[in-house]
Amino acid sequence: MPVTNYSTNQEFFVDMQRCIGCKACEMACAECETNGHESMIHVNYVDRAVTIQTTVQVCMHCDDPACANVCPADAISKDEFGVVHTANTSRCIGCSNCVMACPFGVPKKNEAYDLMMKCNMCYDRTSAGKKPMCATVCPTQALFYGTRAEMAMMRPNSTPVNNFIFGNENVSTKVNIMMPKGSTVLRVD
Amino acid sequence: MFSLNKQAFINATVVSIITIALVFYGSRELQNFDPALIAYLFGTVFAFFGVVYRYSVWLQRPPTRMYYKRTWELIWNRQFFSHLWFFIKEFVQNIGFQKFIYPRGRSRWIGHFLMAAGCTLAFAITFPLTFGWIHFTLNPESGLDPGTVKLYEAHFFGFKMMEFEVGSFMAFMIFHALNWSSWMVIIGVLIFMRRRLTQPGLISTQSFEGDLLPLVLLLAISVTGLGLTYSYQFMKGFAYDFMAVTHAITVIMFLIWIPFGKFFHIIQRPAQLGAHIYKREGMRRGMAVCLHTGKEFATQMHIDDLKDVTKELGFDFTLEDGTSHLDLSPEGKRSRLAMAHLKARQENGGKLFG
Repeated sequence: MPVTNYSTNQEFFVDMQRCIGCKACEMACAECETNGHESMIHVNYVDRAVTIQTTVQVCMHCDDPACANVCPADAISKDEFGVVHTANTSRCIGCSNCVMACPFGVPKKNEAYDLMMKCNMCYDRTSAGKKPMCATVCPTQALFYGTRAEMAMMRPNSTPVNNFIFGNENVSTKVNIMMPKGSTVLRVD
Repeated sequence: MFSLNKQAFINATVVSIITIALVFYGSRELQNFDPALIAYLFGTVFAFFGVVYRYSVWLQRPPTRMYYKRTWELIWNRQFFSHLWFFIKEFVQNIGFQKFIYPRGRSRWIGHFLMAAGCTLAFAITFPLTFGWIHFTLNPESGLDPGTVKLYEAHFFGFKMMEFEVGSFMAFMIFHALNWSSWMVIIGVLIFMRRRLTQPGLISTQSFEGDLLPLVLLLAISVTGLGLTYSYQFMKGFAYDFMAVTHAITVIMFLIWIPFGKFFHIIQRPAQLGAHIYKREGMRRGMAVCLHTGKEFATQMHIDDLKDVTKELGFDFTLEDGTSHLDLSPEGKRSRLAMAHLKARQENGGKLFG
């Protein structure tokens, strides 16, 4: 990677309860240069039959990414800042292993391109010291990119959590999800 | 730290020995071998060794090994011929014409197609030439008779394959084939260099040695290769030695680098055809239905294989009820995460927290 101005004291915080489903993030995501102008963010209804609640999902940038581990082509890499990059276009064989193995359901397979694509935290922007597109436009700050101190001041009753349990698997991530104060882990089963 | 992979070393050594044997016998015990190309031969044999070594190591990784295992199963499958026909069609479309690149951008497709076609043509010519498998001779009868049109003969493995008139259009096309491939590569490289030097997304993620150097190397090979012809045709041999040496150095660098750098995708990327056949066979066997959305989302074979592969890699997504988190579609996983978040909130009094 070239020389960057990646800010290591800024982090990504996702607060699902604040998502209003406006999809501004989807539009903004499509402005990201590293995605080739394809929107990578996911906004979906949690359970449309019973609630209008939407949720937003960016790549969580796992410490030990399952997507990269199951990739038969070594197409997914994690850099020194912990950003898990989207598939290397020359290597990806479009097998969808990463799409099916990601515990957060993040990578997308673009069938026409025969290529997996995913959020890489707007690396064109974050590597230049800027915030990811989605976090700059989210009107409710369901998506926030800043320092832990800023977050602690804004949300005194929340705790950023980056540990998740999926059955027998513990997954720790670079991106945080805001949880009730005092939480240490989010169990999904 | 590097540790020698025994199986890969054995495979690479066997292939290298077979290549050298084929060079020996294919050139009729070196009778048709051109000693001027010996450096290229060493480069090519090294490239073969490296490619086979890396490919063998690659096949031993758990996800790749699973696909490799399934490939062999398909060979003994009743659907073999159906899959073979599908493979041939896909090979022409996706490897020959690189159909999948076109939707990513027209100029991108043109650039990549020109580079790929130029390189493939160059490989098809230079490898057999270097190995002494192809050589040209003057037809002895026409050569001795000053009154007749001179005929050139092309030989493959020492057998005469075709003949054509010296100075004919056919001769012009054949003897300049490497020039045509050079022009294709040069145009393709320039299109890709423009992309890599102007697009912010690429600039932020590319590396010099991984993305730009391969283009520079291809350009250097093509320009010096063209220079050899144009030096003696139009420049009275000016700088011929320089071009010849630079061309040899850049080509040998390219060959030696194939197993390690970006060029390995030439060898690796066709595995996408295998991934397509895997999906096709999986669809025939049955689809997996997401436990959350109730919709089909992948082939059951893929999900089952992935459960094994993830376990082998140290991931265990088995849930308390005996099902797996991998039984959920990506959409189902996102919803389950949000529901878990809601549950955590409810357990904490149910109010929105700030």
